Amino acid sequence: MNMALLVDGSLVVLILAVAIWTIAVRDSFAAVVGYAIYGLMLALAWVRLAAIDAALTEAAIGGGLTGVLLIRAAVRLRPTESVVAGEMPGRFVKALAAVLAGTVSAALAVVVLSLPVPAPTLAPQVAEHIASTGLGNAVTAVLLSFRATDTLLEAVVLVFALIAVWSLAPDHFWGGRPGLRYDLEANGMLAYLARLLPPLGIIVAIYVFWVGADLPGGKFQAGTLLAAMWLLTIMAGLNDAPPVSRGWLRVALVAGSMVFLAIGFAGVPLAGAFLAYPEGYAKPLILIIEAASMLSIAVTLALLVLGPPERGAQP
Amino acid sequence: MNGAALFGLCGAALVGIGIYGLIVNPQPLRKILSFNLIGSGVFLLFGVVARRGAALGMGGDPVPQALVITGIVVAFSATALAVALLLRLQETGGSATLVPPESAGPSDAS
Repeated sequence: MNMALLVDGSLVVLILAVAIWTIAVRDSFAAVVGYAIYGLMLALAWVRLAAIDAALTEAAIGGGLTGVLLIRAAVRLRPTESVVAGEMPGRFVKALAAVLAGTVSAALAVVVLSLPVPAPTLAPQVAEHIASTGLGNAVTAVLLSFRATDTLLEAVVLVFALIAVWSLAPDHFWGGRPGLRYDLEANGMLAYLARLLPPLGIIVAIYVFWVGADLPGGKFQAGTLLAAMWLLTIMAGLNDAPPVSRGWLRVALVAGSMVFLAIGFAGVPLAGAFLAYPEGYAKPLILIIEAASMLSIAVTLALLVLGPPERGAQP
Repeated sequence: MNGAALFGLCGAALVGIGIYGLIVNPQPLRKILSFNLIGSGVFLLFGVVARRGAALGMGGDPVPQALVITGIVVAFSATALAVALLLRLQETGGSATLVPPESAGPSDAS
């Protein structure tokens, strides 16, 4: 058995063990902490699959941001946890669920082991056309040029999700601030970190954004980092979440999609198709879209974590 | 068996673990968690397909890799919406249970 397979095998065992733990453990708080760890392990699996861009996204969003979101929810659900946990289904349902889950897994395993050889791939097409985008990172080229429609729609989906979350606000809090106010503990560890980390985090985010054109990285990863830094200052109590009725906030939310759409429609007369870039201008246009999207993604992700408005606009 | 196939089997197992948790766990938060496990298993299968498509110096087919990145972000937004719905349910109903308050017969008969 060679070394690489041993590493992969151990990683798979660890991932499955943590996944089973998040399902089986009684306490929901422990389960969500387990899920955050699971996200980080999964990021390692992505590294082993040579998908560094996906690894960065999984670590930042799957592990980090989803972890924060679920931990906040677990804390708030704790008072009624024991009541709901008692509604466990009977042994028959459990057995049936196990059979169903086993069947689906077995079917997928068969599919995995009988994938066609040689594997179909679009890599040669990407390699052939990547020069026209001026980018060095093939994944960024796919996201922002070859499959730009997907990325545009995704940016819109994020905003729609936020509108849906906000619409859960009680009427009298509409336009107010999301989440509960965090108290500042001036000499606490969290406040210390919230003062120390954001300058570093912002620099790393800008770096990740900038190298995303040629190396693993890009607007999603950078936007998530910025969102995390903003959330850190809010949760430490150094900064309050803005009321959702603020004009600048609304502009920041849609700026990415609007810039994307504007450049997309400009492509119709200038390059002959929606979201086509005029020859020689692909890279600067992609960078403009990425910069605007990064800010919108950062604001949207942070507000999705904070949830619907729960108090008035006054601090 | 190579590394990619191993991770493929891992993805298949994760989908199964997620389905079991989704059905068996009564707490809605745990169901959301399980659903995310299913999702990450599917993403991992995508990653395996991408890895197998490695060619011309690229470590994997960049198209499925890009789709996975999009998928992870959309999965997060769906999770955030589910959590917001859940917290609102607890706020209005007093507890985050999915069992209807009156388990009497069907009310649509009237």
